[in-house]
Amino acid sequence: MLEVVEVSCYQDKAVAIAGLGGLGSNIAVMLARSGVGNLLLIDYDRVEYSNLNRQYYLPCHVGRLKAEALTEQLLQINPALQLTVRVEKITAENAAELFAQWPLVCEALDDAAAKAMLINTLLKDKKKIIVSGSGMAGLGSANAIYTARKMARLYVCGDESSDMEQENMWAPRVQICAGHQANMVLRLLAGWQEP
Amino acid sequence: MKINGENVAAFCGTVWDYLEQHNYQMERVAVEYNGEILQRAQYQLVILQPDDVLEIVSFVGGG
Repeated sequence: MLEVVEVSCYQDKAVAIAGLGGLGSNIAVMLARSGVGNLLLIDYDRVEYSNLNRQYYLPCHVGRLKAEALTEQLLQINPALQLTVRVEKITAENAAELFAQWPLVCEALDDAAAKAMLINTLLKDKKKIIVSGSGMAGLGSANAIYTARKMARLYVCGDESSDMEQENMWAPRVQICAGHQANMVLRLLAGWQEP
Repeated sequence: MKINGENVAAFCGTVWDYLEQHNYQMERVAVEYNGEILQRAQYQLVILQPDDVLEIVSFVGGG
């Protein structure tokens, strides 16, 4: 049987994903499908039933570490994918070390203060570029979700207002926001800096 | 002074004062001051000047 191996233009590229929930799991899948060759996945949490309405997991994954469940699926999507996996909670103390070798980072955490903490910590390194997600809860207009270049090295995707504390999270807007982030990542890797 | 791309009237006070008066939550923001990211410990130390350029990003929960 002939095996056709496609070499993606992103095969030698590397992207870190902080958080493997609604944003992170979906971003990881899109980047894997797009042929990005190296991913860093960081999440300490386990899959819960309530995650299944928007996160890239199945009922058979409930109770398992997100990092493990996602790794299995990503390797099925792209067996050539090189994965670095850290099952750890990201803190101000360990963030610099965790992401030291990864200049391009997707911020996909759920807590607003944790988002700010991670971004403030990583942006101290002038070689880091961050693509963050902020504001994707609810069933408001999908047209309200955008990608904005907020600082030279910080892109924010989302509507910047729909907070999970006020509204439930639903798959479409979460995945649209994740799509914005994954698209911006692929653009950056191709050398385009504008949203 | 320019804040998030808009020209605003000069503000008398520190970055912290500005954030507080405009109802920002200190633990949910990232601030770029004249092209450099400011750490939270510096917000109360930086006194705003008339030709300063600030970018303030305020994060909401979810992801």
